Amino acid sequence: MSDDHDHHDGNDEHELRVSKIRDGTVIDHVRGGQALNVLAILGIDGSDGEEVSVGMNVPSDRLARKDIVKVEGRELSQDEVDVLSLIAPDATINIVRDFDVVEKHRVERPDVVDGVLSCPNAGCITTSGEPVTSRFAVLEDGVRCGYCGTIVREEIASLIDT
Amino acid sequence: MICRVPGLHLVATGSPRGDWLAGSNGEIQGARHSLHERMRHDHLITSKQFSRADIETILDYAAEIGDDPSAVADRHAGTLLGLLFFEPSTRTKMSFETAMKRLGGDVVDMGSIESSSVKKGETLADTVRVIEGYADALVLRHPKEGSATMASEFVDVPLVNAGDGAGQHPTQTMLDLYTIRENAGLDDLTIGIMGDLKYGRTVHSLAYALTNFDAHQHFISPESLQLPREVVYDLHQQDAPGIREHDSLEEILPSLDVLYVTRIQRERFPDENEYQKVAGEYQIDADTLEAASDDLTIMHPLPRVDEIAPEIDETEHAAYFEQAHNGVPVRMALLDLLLSDDKAIGGEGDE
Ligand SMILES: [Zn+2]
Repeated sequence: MSDDHDHHDGNDEHELRVSKIRDGTVIDHVRGGQALNVLAILGIDGSDGEEVSVGMNVPSDRLARKDIVKVEGRELSQDEVDVLSLIAPDATINIVRDFDVVEKHRVERPDVVDGVLSCPNAGCITTSGEPVTSRFAVLEDGVRCGYCGTIVREEIASLIDT
Repeated sequence: MICRVPGLHLVATGSPRGDWLAGSNGEIQGARHSLHERMRHDHLITSKQFSRADIETILDYAAEIGDDPSAVADRHAGTLLGLLFFEPSTRTKMSFETAMKRLGGDVVDMGSIESSSVKKGETLADTVRVIEGYADALVLRHPKEGSATMASEFVDVPLVNAGDGAGQHPTQTMLDLYTIRENAGLDDLTIGIMGDLKYGRTVHSLAYALTNFDAHQHFISPESLQLPREVVYDLHQQDAPGIREHDSLEEILPSLDVLYVTRIQRERFPDENEYQKVAGEYQIDADTLEAASDDLTIMHPLPRVDEIAPEIDETEHAAYFEQAHNGVPVRMALLDLLLSDDKAIGGEGDE
């Protein structure tokens, strides 16, 4: 593994926008504008004192504009990040230790997402004050409520339970 | 409870939601397992649980019970069925009650929601956990989609979905299939399903089950009440051979073996005029049927309002009262299978 987590786009100028982290996770190649949704999905809102830096709409070779999220002091597991594939399918995950990227992987679409999303169907039992966690099946081109069967293909980010 | 029932697998439980999820991928896990495996079937939530073989097994058993109900009259003496109807449905409730009593058991009824603790804001999850302590199985009718799936996750006794919002109504589907089989046969079937296809849970349940039989299905409705895209998606996932949507009955009526009519409800329309105009186009009378085959079977989940003119009742076409009566032997068969842990259907072993 190399230490290139800030060099995907080759250009030191961009490094300045988002500082390096010592230990933690860098989520790169997030679709432009989705960084805050990434944090929402991961349940990171800074209230636990985590050091989080966010770069938004940074020029990128692979994506016209990308977002970058860096979380200091926390290594995200594959399960935790896979759910990001719903809104950031191109994201790459870099695990950083002592300023080096020690692991690098892509997000993979999970079969099922528990919690995280809430069903948009007002007639669904999961939105009726019952003690139940939402559950969505991940389809090729969308997600489907495991209770009422509602399929959502667009604007999945709008379902994120905040 | 482990049920050893050659020929039937209702659902591999603990995880009916798993079935939902699997079903959404077009794979009904569990239901496709070998019929002859020893299987566990705790809950009856959706018609997606049934394979063709499951359906045939259930219908055969229902027919056997219909022929000689006395043979099972004491099978479930002392068994109590809990009825939880969060929406009024006298007919469905009575059908379950009759079925349970004809199996030798009895019912305990939550009563109307007006008088229950639900009024006081109790969650469904709490209600079912309380009532399961009183009964050996539960029947749930609830206005929210997915309510039966959720409720089943909170109880250890078998739970039967008797309608969850616009979702599913699998026992109705079984009696519909039974009626179709008796009148028109399930092979090489061409069926028209007409009316409120958007909110009609009996339609959603039935359409899915019919994919097991490669039936040609025509859906006839006003544009605003077409099948939900989720249901269409499921039908396509099942490789249903002929799924067509129409806004008028006329063009396809002559080709139909069965016409399944559902009620278009007033409250689906913004005003009375609009309702009258639209609903009028989906009503049938003797004139309508002049273009139909002599063998056309007409069904309706009832209650009807004016979708089917009374003059049709006395014709050979009318099967809707028979359909309602079939609810009893079919529910007897389903309840017996859910409540038994050693029932070999029809006495046959593995074959
Ligand atoms: Zn839902």
